[in-house]
Amino acid sequence: MTQTVQHHKEPLLRIVKRDGIARPKAYAIRIAAVLASLVVSGIFIFAITKLNPIQVYEAIFDGAFGTNRRSWVTIRDAMMLLCIGVGLAPAFKMKFWNIGAEGQILIGGVVTAGIMRAWGGDLSTPALLAVMGIVSLLCGCLWGVIPAVFKAVWNTNETLFTLMMNYVAIQITSYCVALWENPVGSNSVGIINQMTAYGHFPKVFGQAYGLNVVLVLILAVGMYIYLKYSKQGYEISVVGDSENTARYAGINVKKVTIRTMAISGAICGLAGFIEVAGVSHTISTETAGGRGFTAIIVAWLAQFNTFVMILISFLLVFLQQGAIQIASQFNLNDYASEIITGIILFFILSSEFFINYRVIVRGGKEAKGK
Amino acid sequence: MENTYAIQMKHVTKRFGKVVANDDVSLDIKRGEILSLLGENGSGKTTLMNMLAGIYFPDEGEILVGGNPVTIASPKDAFDCGIGMIHQHFKLVDIFTAAENIVLGLEEPGKLDLKAAAARITEICQKYGFVIDPNKKVYNMSVSEKQTVEIVKVLYRGADILILDEPTAVLTPQETDRLFDVMRNMKADGKAMVIITHKLNEVMDVSDRVAVLRKGRYIGDVATRDTNPQKLTDMMVGHAVTLNIDRPLVEPRHLRLEVQDLTVLTPDGVKALDHVSFQAFGGEILGIAGISGSGQKELLESIAGLRATEPGSHVIYHPPAPDEPIAGQHVPVDRSGEELLGKTPRQIHSIGVSMAFVPEDRLGMGLVGSMGMTDNMMLKTYRAGKGPLLDRKSPRALAEQVKAELDVLTPSLNTPVRRLSGGNVQKVLVGREIAQNPSVLMTAYAVRGLDINTSYTIYNLLTAEKCKGVAVLYVGEDLDVLLELCDRILVLCGGQVSGVVDARTTTKEEVGLLMTRFRKEAAQA
Repeated sequence: MTQTVQHHKEPLLRIVKRDGIARPKAYAIRIAAVLASLVVSGIFIFAITKLNPIQVYEAIFDGAFGTNRRSWVTIRDAMMLLCIGVGLAPAFKMKFWNIGAEGQILIGGVVTAGIMRAWGGDLSTPALLAVMGIVSLLCGCLWGVIPAVFKAVWNTNETLFTLMMNYVAIQITSYCVALWENPVGSNSVGIINQMTAYGHFPKVFGQAYGLNVVLVLILAVGMYIYLKYSKQGYEISVVGDSENTARYAGINVKKVTIRTMAISGAICGLAGFIEVAGVSHTISTETAGGRGFTAIIVAWLAQFNTFVMILISFLLVFLQQGAIQIASQFNLNDYASEIITGIILFFILSSEFFINYRVIVRGGKEAKGK
Repeated sequence: MENTYAIQMKHVTKRFGKVVANDDVSLDIKRGEILSLLGENGSGKTTLMNMLAGIYFPDEGEILVGGNPVTIASPKDAFDCGIGMIHQHFKLVDIFTAAENIVLGLEEPGKLDLKAAAARITEICQKYGFVIDPNKKVYNMSVSEKQTVEIVKVLYRGADILILDEPTAVLTPQETDRLFDVMRNMKADGKAMVIITHKLNEVMDVSDRVAVLRKGRYIGDVATRDTNPQKLTDMMVGHAVTLNIDRPLVEPRHLRLEVQDLTVLTPDGVKALDHVSFQAFGGEILGIAGISGSGQKELLESIAGLRATEPGSHVIYHPPAPDEPIAGQHVPVDRSGEELLGKTPRQIHSIGVSMAFVPEDRLGMGLVGSMGMTDNMMLKTYRAGKGPLLDRKSPRALAEQVKAELDVLTPSLNTPVRRLSGGNVQKVLVGREIAQNPSVLMTAYAVRGLDINTSYTIYNLLTAEKCKGVAVLYVGEDLDVLLELCDRILVLCGGQVSGVVDARTTTKEEVGLLMTRFRKEAAQA
């Protein structure tokens, strides 16, 4: 005489974790998310500005790839974002929340600018580039290792620590900008070695930003191999999944933490070098420009696969460049375009939810089938 | 007429997948009575009580509170019915005071008045004899004080049915006595209480009635004054079941592991292991029995080098003699015995000491959930080979082999093991450890949650290892299995060795009594 319990109400919506999802289906969800975001943005554009959304999208594309120059700017910025994302990948794969890329980039940029000012002309440009590259790498490495050591030895919170390191780097940069002011009173450093171009990236393949592309792509491929096929990359995955298992496997968790952050910081420092020597040829507190944070999205969305990161970096920069274009073309301010970027990112990020979970509606087909 | 039943559970069944945690259980809880819920690990005590507390929802059956059928779908529903559960693991906010923790989550209208709350807390404390300072922060409290806060929290919410899940596990004997005094005061006040415990002396001491569960089934209940520890043990463990596990005797057996005065502290400073000494021999399966949390985990982890030990502890490893078949497979060590404590887990593993620990969540330690079988196979061996890159060829071959030999069901070798069913996850883990050709193989709960056929596969694998001359340490839950699989059984109780018995001649009752620290002589006396 088994009685079932009465008055058992099933909730209206239930969220169930998926066991797994076929790859094509996952991509279909992602593409659907992008399309949905374009529709929502279109409705938004029309509601606020009464502009034809198609025209606005055309303008976005025009802004990113309309001219040869614009295309190269898009490539250049995407490479920067990718470089930082590549730097962050090992740290986040280890579940080390390195939000200190801003500081690591800045410190790499500051030493690059300093060396460029001090030794421009004393050393040949290739030697100068090598010195700047190595020193920026070491400084970024230091900026990454300090919080890692504190985390490994005293278990401090790496999120706060790396964030605070950003402020230290920003203050050092402010100090140097004031020190190197040129011309005096401009409150900026100006283009360093503007006339001589000492320590600036040379043209490669006839392109001003050719060297940026080559360097970053080497890093991206290298990081892909490192994470996927190297013993150290394997250790990072184990530590990121479970520290207990890592200890059980005889992995020295402290050592791996410090080593991984050294690599992560070094690449971010190198990104600072590429930015200063290869792009802006100047230094300011805006040199990192929030890309240390944006790159976190790049790394996570790509699930640390550096080849997917290339796509995502391009998508983000494409939107940014397009935003600038629609701001000027339609007399909108920057904020309108930022909103569009925000909507698109929101949709992409939330599509991951639908890839990992299913929603079951009460009374729906699935609920009854259960 | 007043209904004396606080709660009646009728024909309650709860399943987790294929595992039946509670099978058609009917249980009555009376007002003004302390009921002990007794049973071995995994007998379904906590699951049953969690259904009263709103943590789980029964699949079948009915719950009546005060004679009326109710639906308890959430902890809030439980409180509305006057049911409060004090869990084994405290759920308190460390940086809050006792009073803040107690009022947390209460939806009372108006402003939060901590002073009034403190006054009411003091009142409750005086009524039942608790000692607690409402303004003390939780992080400054001892374990016993935290438990008091948990109990007061429940009383503050007006609960008159209290469920205590192994409340004495974390208490000293004096604190236990104090808790029992409070429980008797609450009983006198007409509250209904359920205490889940393994300790028979406490059952005899505090309860009025004992209900026994075994393997998810309700065995029966007896008035405490009509019973004794011996009878309760019989009810708890049941009669020995014959399993027909093949158990060859290996001769000669060589001393492999000598554990001397092994003492380990928990992070709280409590002794998890207290001067544990024993010997393990190659060619034998040494069973380790005990109520869960008696120090099994700490014992294996200490030997594997994963846990800090107190000074004076020794674990001496004696390598296989050159004429043994398993000799020469590992890093050579001192023939007269080598101390393992102080070595890194990697060094210990390279000597040939393997551990396959299957924790409650199965993945917490030993396997990387996000990786597939191949990558998990190389967890301890990935360093092999020259150069910075991984060699995935031999792990893949090993994965194929384990998959074939143990019938692991997986869509592919690269499917994250997290997605596999529990039994398959265990096969991957145990298969990998055996594949290391260990000279000491430690397994804990290797067959937890496995179906009967797979369990036998694992028993046979362990026996095969034993026949090769490996010293097998088998931490198990099921006494029937321990009695038929092992050569000797070491019984742990509260971090101490309460006895080592010959598995071929001992009885279930003897082991059961050792597990609850009632030695045979004491029980007969």
